[in-house]
Amino acid sequence: MAKVLHSAPRYATNDGVRDTLVSALGDIAVDAREEFGEISITVKREGIEDALRLLRDEHDYQQLMEIAGADYPSRPERFEVVYMLLSLTKNHRIMVKLSTDEATPVPTVTTLWPVAGWLEREVFDMYGVTFDGNTDLRRILTDYGFEGHPFRKDFPLTGYTELRYSEEEKRVVYEPVELAQDFRSFDFTSPWEGADYVLPGDEKADAPPVDEPKTTGSPKQTGAGAKADEKAAKTVSAGSPAEKETGTKDAGAPEATENQPDREPSKGDVHDTKGATEPEDKE
Amino acid sequence: MSGLTYEQSPTTDGEEISNYTINFGPQHPAAHGVLRMVMELDGEIIERIDPHVGLLHRGTEKLIEYKTYLQALPYFDRLDYCSPLAQEYSYVLAIEKLLNVEVPERAQYLRVLFAELTRICNHMLNIGAHVMDVGAMTPNLWVFELREDCMNFFERASGARMHAAWFRPGGVHQDVPLKLLTDIGDWVDGRLPELFGDAMSLVLDNRIFKQRNVDIAHVSKEDAIAWGFSGPMIRAAGVPWDLRKSQPYDVYDRMNFEIPIGTNSDCYDRFMVRVKEVYESAKIIKQCLAEMPEGPIASEDRKVAPPKRAEMKQSMEALIHHFKLYTEGFHVPAGEVYVATESPKGEFGVYLVSDGSNKPYRCKIRPTAFSHLQAMDFMCKGHMLPDATAILGAIDVVFGECDR
Repeated sequence: MAKVLHSAPRYATNDGVRDTLVSALGDIAVDAREEFGEISITVKREGIEDALRLLRDEHDYQQLMEIAGADYPSRPERFEVVYMLLSLTKNHRIMVKLSTDEATPVPTVTTLWPVAGWLEREVFDMYGVTFDGNTDLRRILTDYGFEGHPFRKDFPLTGYTELRYSEEEKRVVYEPVELAQDFRSFDFTSPWEGADYVLPGDEKADAPPVDEPKTTGSPKQTGAGAKADEKAAKTVSAGSPAEKETGTKDAGAPEATENQPDREPSKGDVHDTKGATEPEDKE
Repeated sequence: MSGLTYEQSPTTDGEEISNYTINFGPQHPAAHGVLRMVMELDGEIIERIDPHVGLLHRGTEKLIEYKTYLQALPYFDRLDYCSPLAQEYSYVLAIEKLLNVEVPERAQYLRVLFAELTRICNHMLNIGAHVMDVGAMTPNLWVFELREDCMNFFERASGARMHAAWFRPGGVHQDVPLKLLTDIGDWVDGRLPELFGDAMSLVLDNRIFKQRNVDIAHVSKEDAIAWGFSGPMIRAAGVPWDLRKSQPYDVYDRMNFEIPIGTNSDCYDRFMVRVKEVYESAKIIKQCLAEMPEGPIASEDRKVAPPKRAEMKQSMEALIHHFKLYTEGFHVPAGEVYVATESPKGEFGVYLVSDGSNKPYRCKIRPTAFSHLQAMDFMCKGHMLPDATAILGAIDVVFGECDR
């Protein structure tokens, strides 16, 4: 592990903790990692209650601080439920994880910690993960009568309904969301670093090369399709257009006029107009 | 009063007695925000409480997923709007942990200093509100003076009274003027102990105040741990657990301060723990002022912290760094961390999942009030209706943070 430069909370050392816990958990543990100074142990979904009981009673992780849900839609079991445990006596933290999908319930841990009740309710509310054995699995943060699970990645940020007070009906009414302006999502990542859109003009760069370059050898080949070629053939004769006899004399250039006589020199004084065109010096 | 339910009581020989179900809130001056509690009462005795939270839910965690790391920072001010800087602390530390970026010493001292000012600011509000909830008016007005002073300090440091957004990944946003530090020093030595001492002299031995708080909502050590208590709530139960001491971050390990703990684990103890913490915070502030070194206030790593404006006038590279930081933002290595700090209300944690891009993949916020409020039912059971306000006041709940 690289040298620790940051000044984030420093708790008891991780040395050997991962191996001890993994061997204690036996085959409940699926995976164990130690990254960024954090130990996270992935366990089997069915074994979560036993795993946490073991960690609480025999490894002194007395407090359950948090249950966090997370959504990874590309995985076969898209939801991850993360339990943050804290040991007050050993001054240590670990994360215990499991994965599940929309249909499979997770065993509750309210039997171990009463605090799990609301934490599980929140994960249920936000992600739709159900907890088997939680007797009070109601929504907690969203509105009464809310539908859907807003923190799923496929739930739009703007939601589906909006509410306002209606003066006519004298009550709050729910309506489908209407955006006055399209939802804007700015992506400022550099184009060479993984922006996943096509820059204007870039689409031409990938156009497939043509075997025969298109040229127009004669005026009949307009290059705009057979129809246009036909039209072009009609109006354009082989030679230059024939001149028509009109019988009237051409309106030629006007005759040169005589030179005008020189003007007489003007009488009177020549005024100095400098004052009118240049600003006076202010002082 | 939303309804009457009739039930048979074993104690009254089948005579019908009525249990009241009443709504406390969502708009109630003692609810400290929008909290609705459905209370089932037997006379004036609370039988069951069902707190309904979420009336202030704004989906902060989802919004954060759509912002760059830096753009998401101001959301943390708006969670617990009584102690804004303390929330930013967990978030910037989580980012720094993922980036493994070094923070200059002066920035660490500044952050500790302002985190403790925030603690005082928060406790002023809670202490004032708590005594007002149980009937005393004057102390609240006095301690609000001190809260106002804190706000002025925040304004002088960051330009904003409440939503400072002053802690940044890699340090703080701006350096503070020397005059501000000397003013804080004078305030900690003079006005704070004077005014706070005066206000507390009205309350601490007050007969009515004690009658309303002593032996109310007793929670044993085991229960406090099982219910996930933290901060003053667990310390009042006699567990000397303070993340500043046990899991120090920044320069807290150099600070000399005591952890006040309670003996009786009731509302009075919770109140007293906060009162003592104010003095301990003052000690930390003084020590910070005395020891704070000169130097840079943000990381020199230009991929994380922006360059100085003057540097940008001279250096093309600085200009590019500035532009990239404020458009694209920085990329954080893929991984996940859970970082918790001691906010004035308890353990405030941030579970940050990064997928290597410039936006957090998931940012779960662990509010302090959630677990405390959940224990409301357990703490209130058997108490009288007016005790509920004292218990709620001693929890120190702010709904911006609870509902997120």
